[in-house]
Parts: sequence; structure tokens; C-alpha cells
Amino acid sequence: MSLYGRRRRRAQLYFGLCYLSVAIGLGWLALILGTLIFEGSRNLSASIFTQMTPPPGSGGGLLNAVAGSAIMTTLGMAIGTPLGLLAGTYLAEYGQHSKLSSVIRFINDILLSAPSIVVGLFIYEVIVVRMGHFSAIAGAAALAVIVIPIVVRTTEDMLLLVPGSLREAASALGLPRVTIIRKIAYRAARAGLITGALLAVARISGETAPLLFTVLNNQFFSINLNGPMASLPAVIFQFALSPYKEWQQLAWTGALIITAAVLALSIAARALHGKGQPR
Amino acid sequence: MRVASEMAIESAESRPAKDQLARVLLGFRLRDTAFRLLALASAWGVLILLGGVIVSLIAGSMPAIKAFGLSFLWTEAWNPVTEQFGAVAPLYGTAMTSLIAMVIAVPSALGIAIFLTELCPYRLRRPVGIAIELLAGIPSIIYGIWGLFVFAPFLQQHIEPPLIAAFANVPVLSSLFSGPPYGIGVLTAGIILAIMVLPIITSISRDVFATVPSILKEAAYGVGCTTWEVVRFIVIPYTRAGLIGAVMLGLGRALGETMAVTFVIGNAHKAGLSLLAPATSISATIANEFTEAVGGLHTSALIELGLILFVITFIIIAFARLLLVRLVRQEGR
Amino acid sequence: MRIPSNAQISVAAAVFLVGAACFAGAAEISGAGATFPYPLYAKWADAYKKETNTGLNYQSIGSGGGIKQIKAKTVTFGATDMPLKPEELKKEGLVQFPTVTGGDVPVVHLDGVNPGELVLDGPTLASIFLGEVTSWDDHSIQKLNPKVKLPSQPIAVVHRSDGSGTTFIFTDYLSKVSAGWKSKVGASTAVEWPTGIGAKGNEGVANNVLQTNGAIGYVEYAYAKQNKMTYTDMINKDGKRVAPSAQSFQAAAANADWANAPGFYQILTDQPGANSWPIAGATFILMPATPPDPAAAAEALKFFRWAYAKGDKMAEDLDYVPLPREVKDLIEKSWAKQIKGADGKPLLD
Repeated sequence: MSLYGRRRRRAQLYFGLCYLSVAIGLGWLALILGTLIFEGSRNLSASIFTQMTPPPGSGGGLLNAVAGSAIMTTLGMAIGTPLGLLAGTYLAEYGQHSKLSSVIRFINDILLSAPSIVVGLFIYEVIVVRMGHFSAIAGAAALAVIVIPIVVRTTEDMLLLVPGSLREAASALGLPRVTIIRKIAYRAARAGLITGALLAVARISGETAPLLFTVLNNQFFSINLNGPMASLPAVIFQFALSPYKEWQQLAWTGALIITAAVLALSIAARALHGKGQPR
Repeated sequence: MRVASEMAIESAESRPAKDQLARVLLGFRLRDTAFRLLALASAWGVLILLGGVIVSLIAGSMPAIKAFGLSFLWTEAWNPVTEQFGAVAPLYGTAMTSLIAMVIAVPSALGIAIFLTELCPYRLRRPVGIAIELLAGIPSIIYGIWGLFVFAPFLQQHIEPPLIAAFANVPVLSSLFSGPPYGIGVLTAGIILAIMVLPIITSISRDVFATVPSILKEAAYGVGCTTWEVVRFIVIPYTRAGLIGAVMLGLGRALGETMAVTFVIGNAHKAGLSLLAPATSISATIANEFTEAVGGLHTSALIELGLILFVITFIIIAFARLLLVRLVRQEGR
Repeated sequence: MRIPSNAQISVAAAVFLVGAACFAGAAEISGAGATFPYPLYAKWADAYKKETNTGLNYQSIGSGGGIKQIKAKTVTFGATDMPLKPEELKKEGLVQFPTVTGGDVPVVHLDGVNPGELVLDGPTLASIFLGEVTSWDDHSIQKLNPKVKLPSQPIAVVHRSDGSGTTFIFTDYLSKVSAGWKSKVGASTAVEWPTGIGAKGNEGVANNVLQTNGAIGYVEYAYAKQNKMTYTDMINKDGKRVAPSAQSFQAAAANADWANAPGFYQILTDQPGANSWPIAGATFILMPATPPDPAAAAEALKFFRWAYAKGDKMAEDLDYVPLPREVKDLIEKSWAKQIKGADGKPLLD
């Protein structure tokens, strides 16, 4: 066989392996999503959203879990987004080349990829032990700690994409810096900032580990921020590991709800942003 | 800015207008300073947050550090009754599952990235890329319950018994595949982790591959290289630093992953040779035992495990980011 | 600064009011601890809420967790199957009382073996969990079960990964019947298991055994019954074969001398009696002697008084053994003596 033939054969072999990898990757996705949809939609009905989590052996719904997750996600975003936005603004607008900024950027990247269980430990030590009990506040704080690095990163990246000439034109008109940032930079980067927020929401909706020792869980519906509250990931965790068929079924349904929400948010974020997410 | 405002004030037509202008400009300056301080404070807040995490972890681990010292790192015992704790089993489990995950995920991720940048028809690139990234979007607890209910029984019934039988008489490898087929264990956790880190490595590799200047590739084609040879001899060496960074980021994720691993790793504080045996990882140990750790030393030992995990991921992620930054700078992007 | 518009003011006010409402809220009873009585407490809480509209939020995180959380006073009451000794109760300022009794049963998953067909004794059970007996057709198991066809399958041991009173009862029994177990492992809520996989909660062990062929684990009887698991009979201290049931648990509890036990400290494993189940135990509630939240603590006591009065049928339906009436009276008297508000007066009349 000619040398060229050998080289071609080798190329075909390796590329065959690449096709195989893609097939396997897409195959996993189809398998997981397929199982999720199959198992989760089996008892999908309105009662999921109107009844509370049942004791073992009876049917019920996921109302308290969905409500609790919604409340804590909203609260976590409410705490984390402004902080992240301001910090990202500082990095992009004021301190682009200072030493402090590079340190903060570095630290931020560490926090971005830190294991979330460590965040849970931190909040337990700082809030739960001080307060003396589990609470949704602590859970929201843990989620906020996860939100902040995401928002900082996307804010900085998006603000840096706004052309400097826009800012200079505004300054030439005599606008103060605050107004330039608010009316020009934020507005121009609005789509990207919302993308970042959506990505943060998607990320914290599925987080379980930080909630385990901060907010515990609750059998009943509660909007009391000062006490334990149910959340979808915690309920799924508890129900999936149980031997009761109704509970396992509810766990699958809850898993379907979370995944659908997270994927919808991710796709919406991507559509808003256009090409791909910033890195 | 001051000169401009002074000029503006001077050029104002009348005394009242001058005063009003002066007031407005002062207001501008105060608000600017206030906002700047607010932004600076938030930026410092990020720093303080990380500092707070490290400090609280160290403070929480102090009792365990004082009690065990460095021997914590090589003691296998984990006995809440006699209060003897050692990190060997969790460290081993974390290391083994991450190793298996990397061995499976890295070649697959590179394969997918190569496919997406070289082989895929243009129209399919975005959909396939998005599909792979959807894998990253699935929350980890979903991987956990899928692993426990679908994957583990499948392994237990169809894959593990043949594996045990096949390697039963092979001298060295039999100890890798021994023990009752539980279905859950190190191997299962490793495979699930591989699926989870695959999209991370893929998307970073893809971005990194896209930075190769086409003139280099075209030159290679010009001297008659096959597409594979272009990838092997031009693209990959050029992006080497970025690829290492991508792998390290994936590794960081694998090391810290909690929920998926907790479901399928089997929770046994043992560091054995068999891949089919149950084990534990640092995050699984903490997730399982933290709310119940009675006695300060148990809690403190768990926090010390968290500290070790944080330090390890810190080092790996820091290294990865530095590599990626260097690559970006190399591009002049 | 610009004066906020009317819309902005009203939004802020609404958020503030909702936030205040979220922080207010009646004294809610929160409890955490043992998974042993969890099905029962959940059922009681459900019925209690229907009757009185007071919610009792019980999280089954394991006895170890219950002890820890009540010591840290992060919950209104803790639940544990491992009773704390009177000295420890005094040291932590806690009050302890039992609610029901039940038992641990070994459960297995073997093709062709039905509930109650297999019988084991203490020393054999200990050997299995020590990892000394590794195959189902081992002669020690076969000797006890001459009529059962045992497969040549490796034994997959399943134990608890969390701190558990169920584990305490089980390991206490094993320590009593096997000197090897006592010296190598000991008895506690969390021990260093020589072999096997760890699962979270009674629920996790049940789930794992149901899913794994050749598995053996230990769960509270209600879990075994509710999930139609294959339990085994045991040979008790008198050498007789007993099946787990409300009668055999009651027989084991008959010897307990609750009146003279400070802190109601009683261990019911390996009790004498022809019909006694060897791995029985009671489950306990822990509360602070001077609760930091008297209103919630009073609500909790009201719940338990209701449960003692009206909860027996629900307990029996789930195969727990309710306490005798005299013991319940003793317990309610002890509340008046031991649990006091900040003013020194008993919380419940």
C-alpha cells in the first residue's frame, strides 16, 4: 500500500473515532433526556403544582418545593445580582488595568468554579450557626454566593464589548460618569447582562449541595423566610433515595420540571446573546 | 473634567445661572464619587468573600488539624466512635473517580471538538454544539438519580458480572474487577462524572481550536497533509496550552462534583483496588455526614476535608486560568 | 437623587410588606432526627395538621443529626433511637422521653426466597457484617436453613452511611452476641463498617437492598413491611425462632422498667423471653429543659400529647408498638417537672 494510502487510512480511522465520540455524546444526551421525559411525565398533572409533598405512602404534589425554590432563587438573585453587577462594573469601567482588578478577576474565576458544597459549609458556619436555626435566608445567601461570580464575569465581559467611542461621545457632551455607565454602557450591554442573569438563574435552580445544610427541607408549604423551606433539589434528593414508589415518581417529575426550566433558560439566554456565551 | 466645568461656570451668563451650574456640577461629582466607591466596595466584596470562605474553613478545621496534624492525610480510618478520622478514603475516591472521568472524557471531548471544527457541515455546527452544551446545563442531581435508577442497575446486571468473570483469572487485573457486583461504585461514579465534564472540555477546546490562524492550516494543506495530519501536527500543538487549561477546568469540576457522585459511589470509607467496589469522595462524605456529625471533632474533620478539596481545586483552577490567559495573550485578542 | 416615582414607591412598599410577612409567621414546630419513626411522625403530622392546622416539619436526617441539631438548638425537638445517657442529658440540658417501640429487621434480596423463609442467628449475622462470611451458600447460613436452597452468590452487605439510631440498635445487638464484633467495631450511631456499601437513611438501605440481587441490610420494621421486603426470622436469646411483628416487639419491651429509668434510658436488644424479638428498640424525643423558643416547644408538647392520646391506631397500622398507658402518664408528668419556660413555670399544664 502506498504511503499516501496509509496516511489516508489513518485519517479515516481517527475521524471515524471522532464521529463515534459525537454519537456517544449525543447518545448520552438523548438517553438522559429521554429517561427524564419518560419517567417524569408519567404523573405530570395539575395536582403537582397544587398539592404539597405527601408523607410516605400517599400521593401528592410538589407545591411547597416549587414555591420554595422560586422564592430562594429570586432572593438569591436579588442579593447576588446587584453586588455582582457593581463589582463587574468596577472591573470594566474604573479599574481596567489596575493590579487590584487583576487580582479580583483571578479570585472571581476561582469562586466561579469552586465546589458548591464548600459554599454550603461556609454559609453554615457564618449564618446558620449564628442564627441558631436553618432558614431560607441562609439558603438564599448560599445561592447568592454562587450567583455573584457568574454575574461579575458576564458583566465585565459585556461591558468591555461596548465600544469606547460611545462612552467618549457621551463624556464630550458633558455627562457625568454615573450617567454614562447607566444610560450608555448598561443599555448597550443590556442583552448580554440579561444573558448573564439567566445563566445564573439556570445554574442556581439546579444546585442542591449548598442547600443541604443551610435550609434543610420542609414537609409543608411555608413562605416563612426565617425557617426551613422546601426546595425542588432537596425534595428530589430525599424522595429519590427512598423506597416508596410515589415518592420516587415525584422525584422524577420534579427532576423533569427543574431540567425543563434550566434548559429553557439556557436556550433563552443563548438566543438573546446571539452567537455563544462569553467565556 | 475640572477645567471643563470651571470654564462652563465662567462662561455662564448670569450669577444665578453660575450658581445653579456650579451646584449641578458638584452634584455630578459627588454622585460619581459615590458610585465609584460603591463599585469599588463591591469589588472588594468579592475579595472578602473568598477570604471569608478560606478563613471560615480554616477556623472550622482547627480542632481536627490540632488533633491529627499531617497524619490526617495518610490515615484510612474513619471512626466516629473512637473519633479517629483520616482522609485517605475520601481522597482516594475523589482521585480515582476524577481519573476515570478524565481518561474517558478527554479523548471524547477532543474528538467532538475536532469534529465540530473540522468535519461538521456548517449548518449542523450550531445545533450539535448547543446539544453538547445542553449536557452541561443538566443539573447534577439529575445525573445522580439517572445514575442510580437507570445506569447502575444496567451495569449491575449486564456489565459487571461479565467483567468480573472475564478478569477473574488474569493475574494483575483481577483485583481491579473483583467483589460483588453492586452496580454502584468507583467505576459508575467515574463514568457519570465523565459525561458531566465532557461538555466543559469540549466547548473550551472548540474555542481554542478556532484561534488557530487559518494560514497555518492552509500552509499544511499546501504541502499535502491529510486533514488528520493538520489536526495532529498543527492545531493540537498550537493550542496545547489552551487544551491543558480546558482539561484542568474539567478536572476541577470533576473533583468538586457532589450530588451525582453521592448517589452512585456507595459510601464506604475504604480505599480498595477494585473499581467495582464502593468508595467515597470528599464531597460525598461531607454531603452525607455533615448534618449528623455529632461531636466537634467529626464536624471539624469534615470541614478539614472541605478545606483540602478547596485548596486542591484552587490550585488546579488557578493553574488552568493562568494557562488560558497566556494563550489569549499569545493571540493578541 | 431623583425623587422616586409613585410606581417605584408602591413597589418598594409592597416588597417591604411581603418581606415583613415572610419574617413573621406563627411558631412552627421543627424536628429532625431518626429515620426509624419517620413514616409514623409524618403520618401523625399530616393528621395533626388536618385537625389543628399546626404544621410539624420533621426531617429524617438520622439520629446522629437529630442529636446534633437539638444540641445546637437549631430545631424544636430532636429524635433519636439511641437514647442519651442521663449524665449526657444533664450536661446538655436536655429532656428525653420515648414515643413508640419497634424493631430492626434484617432484609435480604435473593431470588426464590420469600419473607420469613430464611432464619439467621446473632453470631452468623455478625459474621456476615464483619465480612467473614461472604457467600450465601456458606455452611453457617445453610446450617440454620436446611430446607432453603441457597445460591452460590456473593453477599452484598448494605449498611447506613449516616449517623443512625437504627444502626445503634443493630450494632448494640451484634456487640452483645459476638465478641468479635464488639472488639472490632463496637456499637454506636455511626461505626467503621468492615464491609459493604453505605446508604442514606432507612429509606436508602431499603432502596439499595431492593435494587441489588444478593443484598442483605437492616431496616426498621415499618420500612420492611411497607415495601414488602424479604425479612428474615431470627433466633432469640432463648434459642427460639421468632418472626418480626408487633407481638414480638411487645414481648421484648415487656421487660423494660420505664418507671425507674432516669431519662427513660432503656435498651431493648437481646431481651429474654420465648417470643421476644432480639433486635427491638424504642425511639426517643429530645427537647431542651429550658427551650429558647417556649411557644414552639409548648406546641411540640401539645403535639405529643395528642399523639399519645389519638395516635395509637396509626402507629399500629404501621407496625410500631405504642407505649402502655401508664408509661405515657409517667412521661406527661415528667414534662411538667422537667420542661420549663424562662420564668421557671412548666410549659404545659
